Amino acid sequence: MAFPCRMVRFSAVGLRYPSPDGATGPEALADLTFMLPEGSFTWLLGASGAGKSSLLRLMHLALLPTRGELEVLGERVRRDRRAALPALRRRIGVVFQDFRLLPYLSAFDNVALPLRLSGRSEASLRPDVAEMLRWVGLQGRELALPQQLSGGEQQRIAIARAVVTRPALLVADEPTGNLDSHQARRLLALLTQMNRLGTTVVVATHSEDLVAQFSAPALVLEEGRVVHHG
Amino acid sequence: MAERRTRYARDPLGLKRALSDRLLPGLVAAMALLAALALAGTHGAAALKERWQQGAAAAVTVQLPPEQSGRMDRALALLRDMPEVASAEPVSPERMRELLRPWLGEVPALPLPAVLELRLVNPNIDPAPLARQLAEAVPGAEVESHGLWVARLAALARSVQAMALVVLLLVAGVAVAVVAVATRAGLASRRQAIEILHDLGATQDYIAGRFARRIGLLAASGALAGAALAVPTLAALAGVAAPLAGGMVQPWSSLPWLDLVLLPPVAGGIGWATAQVSVRRWLRRLP
Repeated sequence: MAFPCRMVRFSAVGLRYPSPDGATGPEALADLTFMLPEGSFTWLLGASGAGKSSLLRLMHLALLPTRGELEVLGERVRRDRRAALPALRRRIGVVFQDFRLLPYLSAFDNVALPLRLSGRSEASLRPDVAEMLRWVGLQGRELALPQQLSGGEQQRIAIARAVVTRPALLVADEPTGNLDSHQARRLLALLTQMNRLGTTVVVATHSEDLVAQFSAPALVLEEGRVVHHG
Repeated sequence: MAERRTRYARDPLGLKRALSDRLLPGLVAAMALLAALALAGTHGAAALKERWQQGAAAAVTVQLPPEQSGRMDRALALLRDMPEVASAEPVSPERMRELLRPWLGEVPALPLPAVLELRLVNPNIDPAPLARQLAEAVPGAEVESHGLWVARLAALARSVQAMALVVLLLVAGVAVAVVAVATRAGLASRRQAIEILHDLGATQDYIAGRFARRIGLLAASGALAGAALAVPTLAALAGVAAPLAGGMVQPWSSLPWLDLVLLPPVAGGIGWATAQVSVRRWLRRLP
């Protein structure tokens, strides 16, 4: 039975990527067992290659575990019930490390994308998208294409897209990588504000400055294993 | 500007750029033209077979030598009494002269044989016993049966029909292959966009539906162009083939209009279904 206070639960989760020759490669993540409560804020820390991005990809269901049990948004994730996954994904906001904006869509349309995928009408989504663009300081740039924006502006579009649906779970992979310290502080304020409104937030970062600005539990990865949680 | 936003919003996968609106419709137009020719060939062969079977299969000609032309009534009475004969009518001397004029010109003095035209109740009846009975009653009477030639012509028409159907199936098969290749090209060029939409919660139905709608429209527009091109082509061919059909063909009325009208929706349906299958198969690799 799903437990309402459990937003994310990993139980003996392992993940293997296939090797280039088609065989299964070594485990990128092994024996991950932890639980993130609803409404929590968690830093995901670890050196490059420790498995932070892979762990986040499991959390937002871009990958499925090769072993173990994964529960997201209180729902057990199963390979044999893939049809149920899109609805779960729509309740998760993701800030990708490489932004992953669609280059042929304007800033407005990139931010509106999750709302359109949820079936929101054009009339009802416009105020939300405009508000979100204002929130990330990009009002007036609605029609700009990603290539017309700076790296920091693209990052902010990616953040606006991640939070426009008011997701229950927000995962961010190095969200301040392309931001200056002022913008990074501002982003952290946005994330903590989302968290105060009830969103469970998981942020992977290398930035010790960022972590120092907001005290929250940390999940520390080392060579694909959790070495510290708390 | 708002117009551009609306246009893009309707195409989140950027398929208008990824799937060429020239190459695929061009190929489908060529295939639709071939399909139209094959369909017209099927109909034409069927019509010829029908005409030959109905018009000539039951027709038997009886020729009385000029010295026996006075026994025409006797021959007619004898033939009309036979159960295998559906009808027996004399060919008038005027019609005989009309028929011979292209070959012999005006030759009023030429003695012409008396000719009777019979229709048998069944084209498969062997006319030999009938010919024997007639020759006993009217010496020198000859019976000419077209049955053998008609059977050969009908077999030829059936072969033409079968070949046209095979061509049609081949065209449909090639259309499926072309659409599948175009879909794969579109998937390859929009791989990242698909993965992004997938990660944001797009369903397989949504992604496959976008591809299928675009490719179905391109295929239908190509087939429309092909069908339009087929109209004057088929009209010209109908004119060329008119002598085979007795020279009475009206080019425009003899075209397979229903088939031509159905070509675009059928091509669109083939494109839609092929894209759906191709995209769903490709999407299986995503979690």
